[in-house]
Amino acid sequence: MKRGRRPTRAGARTWTGPLLALTALALGACGGPFPQSALDPASDFAWRLQDLFEGIFFWAVVVFVLVQGALIVAIFRFRERPGGPSPKVTHGNTLLEISWTLAPAVVLVLIAIPTIKTIWIVDSPPPGESLVVEAIGHQWWWEFRYPDLGIVTANEMRIPVGQQIDVRLTSADVVHSFWFPRLGGKRDVIPGHETQIWFTVDSAGLYLGQCAEFCGLSHALMKMELVAEDPADFEAWANGQRTEAAISDSAVAADGAQAFMQGGCIACHTVRGTVAQGVIGPDLTHVGSRRRIAAGILDNTEENLERWIRNPQDVKPGALMIVPELDNETVRRIVAYMRNLK
Amino acid sequence: MSATGARAAEGGSHSHEGTYSGGLWSWITTVDHKRIGVMYGLSAFFFFLMGGLEALLIRLQLGSPESTLIDPDLYNQLFTMHGTTMVFLAIMPLSAAFFNFIVPLQIGARDVAFPRLNAFSFWLFFLAALFMNASFLFGGAPDAGWFGYANLTSTQYSPGMRIDFWVLGLMVLGVSSIAAALNFIVTIINLRAEGMTFMRMPLFTWMTLITSFLLVIAFPAITVGLVLLMFDRMFGTLFFNPLAGGDVLLWQHLFWIFGHPEVYILLLPGLGVVSEIIPVFSRKPLFGYAFVVYSGILIAFLGFGVWAHHMFAVGLGPVANTVFSATTMLIAIPTGVKIFNWIATLWGGSLKMWTPLYFSLGFISMFIIGGLSGVMHASAAADLQQTDTYFIVAHIHYVLFGGVMFALFAGMYYWIPKITGRMLSDRLGKLHFWIMLVSFNVTFFPQHFLGLHGMPRRTFTYESGLGFEAMNLMSTVGSMVLGASMLIFLWNVLRMLRKGEPAGANPWEGSTLEWSTASPPPHYNFKVLPTVHSRDPLWAEDTGDSMHPDDPSVPEPHMPGPSFFPLLTAIGIIVMAAGALTTTLPVVFVGVGVLLFGVYGWALQPLEH
Repeated sequence: MKRGRRPTRAGARTWTGPLLALTALALGACGGPFPQSALDPASDFAWRLQDLFEGIFFWAVVVFVLVQGALIVAIFRFRERPGGPSPKVTHGNTLLEISWTLAPAVVLVLIAIPTIKTIWIVDSPPPGESLVVEAIGHQWWWEFRYPDLGIVTANEMRIPVGQQIDVRLTSADVVHSFWFPRLGGKRDVIPGHETQIWFTVDSAGLYLGQCAEFCGLSHALMKMELVAEDPADFEAWANGQRTEAAISDSAVAADGAQAFMQGGCIACHTVRGTVAQGVIGPDLTHVGSRRRIAAGILDNTEENLERWIRNPQDVKPGALMIVPELDNETVRRIVAYMRNLK
Repeated sequence: MSATGARAAEGGSHSHEGTYSGGLWSWITTVDHKRIGVMYGLSAFFFFLMGGLEALLIRLQLGSPESTLIDPDLYNQLFTMHGTTMVFLAIMPLSAAFFNFIVPLQIGARDVAFPRLNAFSFWLFFLAALFMNASFLFGGAPDAGWFGYANLTSTQYSPGMRIDFWVLGLMVLGVSSIAAALNFIVTIINLRAEGMTFMRMPLFTWMTLITSFLLVIAFPAITVGLVLLMFDRMFGTLFFNPLAGGDVLLWQHLFWIFGHPEVYILLLPGLGVVSEIIPVFSRKPLFGYAFVVYSGILIAFLGFGVWAHHMFAVGLGPVANTVFSATTMLIAIPTGVKIFNWIATLWGGSLKMWTPLYFSLGFISMFIIGGLSGVMHASAAADLQQTDTYFIVAHIHYVLFGGVMFALFAGMYYWIPKITGRMLSDRLGKLHFWIMLVSFNVTFFPQHFLGLHGMPRRTFTYESGLGFEAMNLMSTVGSMVLGASMLIFLWNVLRMLRKGEPAGANPWEGSTLEWSTASPPPHYNFKVLPTVHSRDPLWAEDTGDSMHPDDPSVPEPHMPGPSFFPLLTAIGIIVMAAGALTTTLPVVFVGVGVLLFGVYGWALQPLEH
């Protein structure tokens, strides 16, 4: 009883599939530049992980080539051919079994050694002196405090280049994860626990980060930015951050201040030096000098501030910022006030 | 002996009348493992398509940056249900379909040890699947991920019934799975044919046994977690409330102590399928049978020791991270051993290049890739960049789709002729294979890069300018073709049902006992239970194996009669769940009443009537 044995043909049919697959693979790496890439390290922490990854990747490629190669050779060499040899009945080979148990074990040891070394560095407390930054995750924004410098800010973290930063992490609500890919791995931010991550950034620049643990409706919109700058510039920023809120420089801004203080805003926000001492939402004392607003998702422009204040849930679904119905004029004034808070 | 075997193998394909005949009631009350297997298979495939649809919607949303096609609320339900559906309502029941249909035949038995319990497991799964999906119509589907991390799942952060649907649905599915696992453990240990020692059992049966032990030991861990979560949500306890001394990490540990063995529950049956197909289509026995068996056992055992590799970013400390990195790397060894043994089986064989082999080879190839990315995650420090990104999404789909689904499709092409008595088209099968293979890689390979370039997972959108656009678009296009490739399979099945060629007992010249019966087997499987003296009874010559599965001189064995009570009992449980969901105590009591009545009737109903 033969089952319609059709001899398989080598040629176009057999090669098209694999060739297409290879092309797809090659295309998979396109679409740069990648400003948030883990493959573009910019800190000691990131470099350690990159070096480790490269070592593992090398072995992965070796194993891939050998095993896929053996598979492909087997397929092509042993396809049944009419009149071809009958297969020799074999049941096993203990020597072979031992060899191909030990060989992967050896490769794994070669991967395990640098792994364990790196684990013991990155999971241990930071050596020497650090600048401590407390990062507190909220649904859906980041609070940053510098306890030794008396600074409280949100969503934009500034640090001096070349200075070891010791980030102490916790959450005010659910589990989030703190991740700046170019600066290293992520660390989960867990309510009821304090976790830690530390790194020294090599070069000045803007680094992009994002929450990396599903935390509800607007998880995808919980971003943050880190600006690494020359120590002198950082000093200047820190001094500015410590000061109380700027006095309004225009009538519009002053009206906005009044609307802000009399509206519900002070229930959630702090603007140091005013009656606004709310701690539920981000500290806005110097919001005017931030690059972005709403946790890294909107550029800090007049238009975006208006959009945000008018209807936060429109920008960030589920946002806990409750804003009453405001007329256009009031919104304009509050925006002017915000932009003034540099 | 072999002559008798050969005659039996040529046995009539006309004995299928009776295997599936009868109306709806006969299917509702069936206790026949073959029918239960078919019902599992059809349900699982339906939910596979549903989970696939959820995936396609996800991919449509992610095809362009900052898309407003699907809002985050719907998106979060979609990715949660995609994961939950694929794991619990598609892959596990699809494996169960094969356990059910094939294992009793492979061990030379007439059914499983507890046929009514078997029916109960199916109906409970089916009703639980409907229950969970009903959530879409009653306030929204679960939306906190298939892993449901506390304290996002608390009533404070997840008000309403969505998470309750999830908790109750999973608890009920757990009962179904544990019952089925116990059934298969007893069946395999006790009902093997004369002469079939453990080391003569087919590999698929071995993997079923190991998977069943995994189910029995792993599910209680998630059940504990679900009970604690249910109590937090319904009765105001504080197990996972960090403000009151509870710990959200307790959930993570309990979930992953289950969750990691769960992925081996998903994988091992597929490994079993491929271990059956490769020898048959190489025309030589499986190389290193014992090593393949022991590797399976070792994978299952080690699988309980790796769970915290899902928690490498939690900050468990260097000792824990080192230990779990080591155990996770260790598990790669038995996995590799299996792969090498399959290649050694192919080597020197005479490969029958037909669809079941294509899918098996595709499985091995894709699983190698998924396994290698897994080794990359095993390094706790390197994983700090990879975890919670699309790099992991790529890994899981390479092992679960490129791996498990390809293996299960191989099983479908291999065993559907036995199940239906008709052949699928090999031409259409190969077309399905190639389109699926290429589109699968187009969909998921770029995701490795997306992850490494900084795209987190479970995000309903991404900002433009981060370099994610091109690869997401590519992945989306690939996914659409991948979805379409299922249509080829469905077309093949429809074509087979209408005009498929008769399969005969053993179209693939297989060596294991299921191929000694007619296709489909008569409802009693074997008139005379076989005796075996080797691992490959249908290939063996002069080994004393005896098979007279359909000896005409022997009267038809009397099989256990149908029963409505398993379904009724399952209904009782679902009613209890519905009462718990809506916190209406009277409904819970009605459910208890139905459950007790069902169990009472079940216990007292005679096996034959």
